[in-house]
Amino acid sequence: MKVKNKKTTEKVLMAGNEAIAEAAFQAGCFFYAGYPITPQNELIAYLSWRLPEAGRVFVQAESELAAINMVFGASAAGARSMTSSSSPGVSLKQEGISYIAGARLPAVIVNIMRGGPGLGNIAPSQSDYFQSTRGGGHGDYHCLVFAPSGVQEAFDLTISAFDLADIYRVPAMILGDGMLGQMMEPITVRQPVQRKTDKPWALTGCAGRTPNVAKSFFLAEGALEKNNLILQETYQEIRKKEQRFETFLTDDAAIILVAYGTMARFAKAAVKQLRKASKKAGLIRPISLWPFPDQAFSAAKKSKTFLVVEMSYGQMLEDVKLAINGRAKVEFLGRSGGGIPTEEEIIKKVKALL
Amino acid sequence: MEKIFSHPESLRDVSTHYCPGCGHGISHRLVAEIVDELGIREKVIGIAPVGCAVIAYDYWDFDCCEAAHGRACAVATAIKRVRPQNIVFTYQGDGDLAAIGTNETIHAANRGENFTVVFINNAIYGMTGGQLAPTTLVGQKASTALKGRTVKEHGHPLKISEILASLPAVKYVERVSLHSPSEVLKAKKALKQAFTNQIQGAGFSLVEILSPCATYWGMPPKDALDWIRDVMAKEFPLGRIK
Repeated sequence: MKVKNKKTTEKVLMAGNEAIAEAAFQAGCFFYAGYPITPQNELIAYLSWRLPEAGRVFVQAESELAAINMVFGASAAGARSMTSSSSPGVSLKQEGISYIAGARLPAVIVNIMRGGPGLGNIAPSQSDYFQSTRGGGHGDYHCLVFAPSGVQEAFDLTISAFDLADIYRVPAMILGDGMLGQMMEPITVRQPVQRKTDKPWALTGCAGRTPNVAKSFFLAEGALEKNNLILQETYQEIRKKEQRFETFLTDDAAIILVAYGTMARFAKAAVKQLRKASKKAGLIRPISLWPFPDQAFSAAKKSKTFLVVEMSYGQMLEDVKLAINGRAKVEFLGRSGGGIPTEEEIIKKVKALL
Repeated sequence: MEKIFSHPESLRDVSTHYCPGCGHGISHRLVAEIVDELGIREKVIGIAPVGCAVIAYDYWDFDCCEAAHGRACAVATAIKRVRPQNIVFTYQGDGDLAAIGTNETIHAANRGENFTVVFINNAIYGMTGGQLAPTTLVGQKASTALKGRTVKEHGHPLKISEILASLPAVKYVERVSLHSPSEVLKAKKALKQAFTNQIQGAGFSLVEILSPCATYWGMPPKDALDWIRDVMAKEFPLGRIK
């Protein structure tokens, strides 16, 4: 689908993968490198024509390793850069993401999750939560992680991811799943005011200044610890400022469901049905997975029961337990490997808990 | 009086961490001299490897980028595509370029990426302690091949330059050596050609430099130079490959 010079109020029908790609374009992404993998192929195909027609750079890399390291180079040279993949491919990228974090470079990484472990399958899944929110590669670092639950939100969060990656000099991840990547919804393609961030650290040639070096290697005594402390300060600031979440009917809720991404759509539908049956259910939907939105849970003090629903066997569950810190019951409903907890299953579980 | 020789502007006036008899210092200096002579110091972006030359950016006085082990050609691809007005080169050892990074190297070359590769072949892993390299000679001992390389177990030394020369998009491949002053001058000439090719937009150029590692070859520095001449250059013939 071609989107050209659309007025900002006009709705267009796009798949999640295409919307993320178009958002990257609108955010000023100058460089993209990727390697084909299902279910994110529409994204790489879209940018293969979208970027070059505007004089920007698209490279189909020889591997996921090459792609993420190309992003390292492009970002070091000052360009807004992105790569995308799905679970097994993102595992391969972890080395490069760690280097990007250590070198304090901005980058956007899209993971349209599929089933694992191993080659798994191509069904939607949320089982890369640990990998995404805990750093994923070696060393003490984090990616900023946003989990859109719809196509418009995927578009909007992708633009935010580029801005925030530049501001904080961190890798930012869009964590979706195969369902989000494939499903089509009408969206508004907004052309954002591009937030320009000065990049005095970029490699541009040393004319008129002392040479710059982009690196994550700090051999001298104390030098690595110093760099790591800079990262930790950045992460503290992100934890304070960038927690994002949606709450739905939580004020009087006896039970609060917790779900993110496409899973939250099922959970929200279940909450609506439960309310019709006079069951006081609500929903907290984390939008930022790292930083995890603890603030949403400290505000929801009345509920004595939380039900975490995931397309995994309980990964975000651990963050919810940390946020609740023992003051309420935390229950879990999850499936993975192609299975998705249905609205009916969620309702049944809630009724059993109330 | 005309000044005919001085310390290169592109090389910092600092001591290196390299072992006595190592070839990296010479190669660093050659690159720096060429950058000065071509007047590109303010445009050049070097990609440092993982290996003994990992902190090459502490010696060169121009913009540099780190690359994960083996990924220098991927990093260089992106930098050159994003900033074609800059002069981009990678500096990589044999393990980096021809073992863990073979894929990135071959594909960047096959795409005809317009950057320059300085490939240091010393037939051994230096930084990690003398392990078998893809270019280790048959019979040459390594800390992971105590009885020496055998064809049966390890295969033949990998001639990556000859492989790359077979690719249509590759512009220039030459193998040079550091074993004598006259060979060093030839090496400089080849490197200058490889950088000039890039300035002219000609495409992928690579210079393989046979370089001594006296420490892990277990011989005095002068013997290491002679070993390049008498043994290594027999396996890896010098001269223009493409």
